[in-house]
Amino acid sequence: MTLAIDVEGLSKSFGTFKAVDNISLQIEQGHITGFLGPNGSGKTTSLRMLCGLLTPDTGHGQVLGLEFPREAEAIKRQTGYMTQRFSLYEDLTIEENLTFIARVYRLAHVQDSVDQTLERLGLTKRRKQLAGQLSGGWKQRLALAAAVMHDPKLLLLDEPTAGVDPQARRDFWDRIHGLADEGMTVLVSTHYMDEAERCHEIAYIFNGHLIARGTADQVIAESRLVTFEAEGPRADRLARELAARPGVEMAAPFGEALHVSGTDRAALEAAIQSYRREPYRWTEVQPTLEDVFINLMRVHAPAEVKAA
Amino acid sequence: MMGLSLSRMMAVLTKEFTQLVRDRLTYAMIIGIPIVQLLLFGYAINTDPKHLPTAVLVQDQGQFSRSILGSLQNSEYFRIVHVARSPAEMDKLIERGAVQFAITIPGDFTRRVVRRDKPQILVEADASDPAATGSAVAALSSLPIEGLKHDLKGPLASAAPGPQPFEVVIQRRYNPENITSYNIVPGLVATILTMTLVMMTSLAMTRETERGTMETLLSTPLRPIEVMVGKLTPFVVVGIIQAALIISMARILFGVPMAGGWAALILGLFLFIVGSLALGFLVSTVARNQLQAMQMSFFYFLPSILLSGFLFPFRGMPEWAQWLGTILPVTHMLRVVRGAMLKGVGLAEAAPSLGALALFVVIVAGLAVKQYRTTLD
Repeated sequence: MTLAIDVEGLSKSFGTFKAVDNISLQIEQGHITGFLGPNGSGKTTSLRMLCGLLTPDTGHGQVLGLEFPREAEAIKRQTGYMTQRFSLYEDLTIEENLTFIARVYRLAHVQDSVDQTLERLGLTKRRKQLAGQLSGGWKQRLALAAAVMHDPKLLLLDEPTAGVDPQARRDFWDRIHGLADEGMTVLVSTHYMDEAERCHEIAYIFNGHLIARGTADQVIAESRLVTFEAEGPRADRLARELAARPGVEMAAPFGEALHVSGTDRAALEAAIQSYRREPYRWTEVQPTLEDVFINLMRVHAPAEVKAA
Repeated sequence: MMGLSLSRMMAVLTKEFTQLVRDRLTYAMIIGIPIVQLLLFGYAINTDPKHLPTAVLVQDQGQFSRSILGSLQNSEYFRIVHVARSPAEMDKLIERGAVQFAITIPGDFTRRVVRRDKPQILVEADASDPAATGSAVAALSSLPIEGLKHDLKGPLASAAPGPQPFEVVIQRRYNPENITSYNIVPGLVATILTMTLVMMTSLAMTRETERGTMETLLSTPLRPIEVMVGKLTPFVVVGIIQAALIISMARILFGVPMAGGWAALILGLFLFIVGSLALGFLVSTVARNQLQAMQMSFFYFLPSILLSGFLFPFRGMPEWAQWLGTILPVTHMLRVVRGAMLKGVGLAEAAPSLGALALFVVIVAGLAVKQYRTTLD
C-alpha cells in the first residue's frame, strides 16, 4: 500500500478563527476519499493547503512522495484542483480555456490535448462557445477536464457537484471512478450522502477537527449508534414527543416513517417501549450515514450550541 | 527554484490579449472621491500664479536698475532666484526650466533713462506654459512707472511725464504665439497613458481575484513574474500605440512642433509606461475587487491631472501642493514631453525628470513584487 497523502498536525488560522485544527490525513494511492462536514468546517481550507494555495500554520508530511509543505511547488505540478466555484475564464471560449491550461502546464502537444479533451467531453462542436454561456453541468465537466488535462497524480475536488442535476452527477462519479482505476488519488468534498457512499473512504471534519475516518460501514459501526424505525400511519408525528425522552438522541422523520437513534441500546429500548403497540411497527435498522453525521455533529458541538 | 518559462508567459499574454479585446468596461461613479478631490483642488489651483522664479542679469550698476529690481519683487509675480553673470547662463537657466523668466537690464540703462533715450529691458519668458506667464507678463507693462516714480524727481522729473521712460521688450520663448494647445496636447500623452495603464492593469488583475480565476492561476505552476509579464505586456503595447497616436495627432492636427528631443521623449515614455503599469499592479495587490481598484485609480488620476501642471500652472500652486505634484510621475513626464517637443531638450537637460521617473519605477515595481501574494493567504 502506497500513501499518496500522509500529513500530520495540519492547522490553519485566519485571525483568531481556527479553520483547521491539527488534522492528520493518510490517503492511499488510487483511492477516492470523501471529505464531509458542514459548511465552514474547514474542508476547503484543508484542500487549499494540500495543493499549495494556502500556507499551513503547522503540519508536515509527504504528498506524492514529496515533502509537505516545503516542496509545495513540485506538489502543485502533479495535482489537479477543481474549485468550488467555476474558476475558468467565462469570457474565453471553451477551446481558449483548455488551450490556456494546456500551455500553462507546458503539455507537449497542446492542440492534440485540447482536441482530445474536447472530443471526450463531446464539446467539439461547441468549442467556440464562451465558457460563461455553459450550463452548470457543462461548466462542471469542463472544469474537471481542465483539472485533469495535465494528468495529475492527485486530484482535489471542492464540492464539484453542487447545483448539478442527478444525471450529470452520475456521469461525473463514473468519470471519477474511471480516473481512480487508472491510479489517480482523489479527495473530494461533498454534502451529498449518496456521494459519500460512492467513495472508498470518508473523512468527516467538523469545526476544524477530523472526527471520523474509514469506509462508510466502518464509520457507521464505530458510531455505535442504534436506530429503530417506526412505521405506521403518521408515525413521523411522534418525533417531537420521542425526542424529549431520555436515551433518545435523535428522532427524525423519514417520509411517513420515523428514525429514532441513540448510543445506549437499553435506554433507547426503554424509551420506545410504550410506543411498541398498534398501529406502529418497530424494526431495528442500520443507521444511515446521515444519522451518524448528525449525531457526530451533536456530540462534538461546543457546549453553548448544545444548550441553545 | 524552477526556471521561468517563456511559453507559460506567452500563455498568459495570449489569454490577456483575448480578454482585452472582448472586455467592455463599465465605470462606476462614487460620491466620496469627488468630495475629497474638490476640497483638495479647490485650494490648490491658482490660475494667477505669483512668485515665479526669475533670473536677472544686471549689466548696469545705476540706481534705476536697483529700483526696477525692487519693484519686480514688490509686484509679487517675480521671485528672483538667480543673479546671472552672462547671457549664456541665462539661456541655460531658462532651458533647464529652472526659471520662468530671464530679465536682462542692459549696461547703459541708467544713463539712457537720464538721457531720455528710451532704453530697453529684455524679458524672456518660458511661454511653453502660457497660463503661468500670462499674468506676470501683463503686470510687467505697468512696472516701469511704479518703479521709477520715486526716482524721477527734481531735475529728472522732466523724464517722468512721458508714458514710458523706457521700453520693456518681452520675448516669449518656445511658444512665441502663446498657443495653449502646444502646452495641453503634448501633456495629454502623459495623462491618457496614466488613465489607461493604471486603471486597466489594476482592473485586469483584480478581476482575476473577483471572479475566482486567481485560484486557478495560483494552482497552476505559473510563477508570479510570468503572470506579471504576461498580464502587463498587452498594456505596454496599448501604451505605445496610444503614445504614437497622440504624438502623431499633436503634430498633424495641432501642428505642435517637434523641436527634436526624441531620445529624452522615448526614454521618458518607456519609463513612464513601465511605472504606470507597476502602479496598476500595486493597486491590484491591495484592492479586493474591481470597484476598489477603480476608486484607487481615480484617486490617483485626478491629482495627476490637476497637480502635475497639466491643466494649471505648476508654479501657481502653494508649496505643499507643488511638493505633492513632485511625487507624481505625470509631473515629470509632462516636463519631459513638453521639453522634448517644444524646447528640444536632450538627455542631459531632461536628466532630473528622467531620474525621477526611473526612481518611481524602481520604488513602485519593488513594492508591487513585495506585495504580490503567491497563495490565497
